[in-house]
Amino acid sequence: MAYSDKVLDHYNNPRNVGAMDKKDPHVGTGMVGAPECGDVMKLQIKVNPDTGVIEDAKFKTFGCGSAIASSSLATEWLKGKSVDEALAIKNTDIVTELALPPVKIHCSVLAEDAIKAAIDDYKTKSVQPVHAGAAV
Amino acid sequence: MKFPIYLDNHATTAVDPRVVQSMIPYFTEFFGNAASRNHAFGWGAEEGVEKARKQIADLIGANSKEIIFTSGATESNNLAIKGVAQMYAEKGNHIITAATEHKAVLDTCKHLEKEGFRITYLPVQGSGAVDLDMLREAITDKTILVSIMYANNEIGFVQPVAEIGKICKERGVLFHTDGVQAVGKIPVNVIADNIDLMSITAHKLYGPKGVGALYVRRKGPRVQLTAQMDGGGHERGMRSGTLNVPGIVGLGEACAIAQREMPVEIARHRALRDRLHAKLATIEESYVNGSMESRLPHNLNMSFAYVEGESLLMGINDIAVSSGSACTSATLEPSYVLKALGLGDDLAHTSIRFGIGRFTTEEEIDYVADKMIEVVDKLRELSPLWEMFKEGVDLSKVEWVAH
Repeated sequence: MAYSDKVLDHYNNPRNVGAMDKKDPHVGTGMVGAPECGDVMKLQIKVNPDTGVIEDAKFKTFGCGSAIASSSLATEWLKGKSVDEALAIKNTDIVTELALPPVKIHCSVLAEDAIKAAIDDYKTKSVQPVHAGAAV
Repeated sequence: MKFPIYLDNHATTAVDPRVVQSMIPYFTEFFGNAASRNHAFGWGAEEGVEKARKQIADLIGANSKEIIFTSGATESNNLAIKGVAQMYAEKGNHIITAATEHKAVLDTCKHLEKEGFRITYLPVQGSGAVDLDMLREAITDKTILVSIMYANNEIGFVQPVAEIGKICKERGVLFHTDGVQAVGKIPVNVIADNIDLMSITAHKLYGPKGVGALYVRRKGPRVQLTAQMDGGGHERGMRSGTLNVPGIVGLGEACAIAQREMPVEIARHRALRDRLHAKLATIEESYVNGSMESRLPHNLNMSFAYVEGESLLMGINDIAVSSGSACTSATLEPSYVLKALGLGDDLAHTSIRFGIGRFTTEEEIDYVADKMIEVVDKLRELSPLWEMFKEGVDLSKVEWVAH
C-alpha cells in the first residue's frame, strides 16, 4: 500500500510526541484502542483555565503509520483551539487531510475518539473542586 | 549494497540466472507442444519436460513417473486434497489437517466440508509442532487423508514429517504434505518420510512463477486421484492442459541446482540467520516466534513488543519483509499461524518475518539488524504501551476501550 506524502511526513517527523502529567487538573488525557486490535492512542491536552484555550497537546500511539499520522495531526490541530472548537474536529477532516484509504478510516475514527476522551477527562476533572495542597 | 534489500524469500524468490538460461531455448527453439508426438518440435519439448521430471524426482527421492506438473502449489494442494477426497469417497469422508496450514490447504478443506466431508483441524503446540498422539487419536476408520505441511511459511517450523508419515502408513491413511517451503531448502525424501503426495512450486526455489508439481506415489500404495479439470488427459490423466514447457524446464533446473548446492547453502543460510537473530535478540522485549530447534535454516520470525508491525515495516521501507500484523493483511486479522501457537493478538501484531535467500549477503544482514534496532527504538518512544510497560503497568489488567 502506498502512503500519502502527508502520512509519511507525520510518520517520519511526528509532532508533539510526549506525555504530560495526568494528575494536573488542567490536563485531559484520552486513551483509546486496545493492543489486541493493533492500535492504542494516548492523547493529552493542556487547557488554559482562564481562556479555555488548548495550549498544548501531546500524543503517543501504538499503531500503523496512518494511526501515528492521525494522532500527530490531531495534536497539531488541537493547539490554539478552544475546547468547543476541538470537539468540532471530525474524523472525516483527518481522512481528507491525510488522504487515508478506506481501510485506514478506523485510524481517523480512533483519533476523533481520543480527542473526545481527552476533553471528557479534562471536563470531568475541572468540575471537581481541586483542594489546594492535597497530596496526590 | 543495493536497495531495497529483499528478505521475503518465503513469499517468493528471484529466479536464478542459471534457471533463466535453461528456459530461454524453450520459448523460441524448442517451442513445440510436448504432447505432439509426430514431429521434432514436440519431441524437443518433451525431452525438456522429461529431463525436468527426472531432476525434480531426483531431488525428492521419487521416480520420474510420480511427478505431475501443475500451475503451482495452490493447484497442487487442491488437486491432492480434492482429488483424493473424491477418489476415495467410498472408503471414508474424514480428512485431518492442522491449524497452521497454508490457506490453499485450509480453504480446500473448508470447501470439502461444505460437500459433506468431515475435517479435523489439529491444534499445534507452542513451537508449531503437531502433537503426534493427537494425530493418532484423530485417525478413525473413516479417515482417508492427512495433510500436514512439511515446513511452515511464517515461522519456518519443520514438522516431524517422517513420523507423521509412519503413523499414516501404519493406519492405512494417505499422507499429503505441502512441501513448498522445504523442497530445495532442506533434505526431503518421499520414501524416508513416507509421503504419498507432495506439493511443490518453482517460485519458492529460484524458479519461475506459474509452475509447480505434485508428487503422487505409484507404489506402496499406488495413489489415485480424481482429476479436477477435464481435457486432453495429460499427466497420466490427473491434470489436463498443455504443459508449460519453459516453466517446467526452469523448475527442473532449479531443483538440480538446489540438490547440488544444498549442503553449502544450508550452512550459509543458517549462519546468516543466526547472525541476524543474535543481533535482534539484543532488543529488549523481543521474542522469537516458533522454535529455534526445528526450523528452516533461512527463516526468522520475531515479535518486538509494544511496536506495531506495519509501522515497523514503514520505518524499514528499504527492506522487504512481512509482518503478521493485521494492518498488513486484507482481513484486518493478525496472523492465524501465530495465534495458533498461542501468541496473543498483541504480540502477533508486532511480528516480523525474515526470509533469507540465495542472494542475501552478510552486509545486508548487518544493515537490516542495525536498522531494525534503530526503528524499534524510535517507535517505542512513540508507543504509549512501551511507556506503560516501563512504568510497571501490567497491560493485561488495563481496561481497554476497544473499537
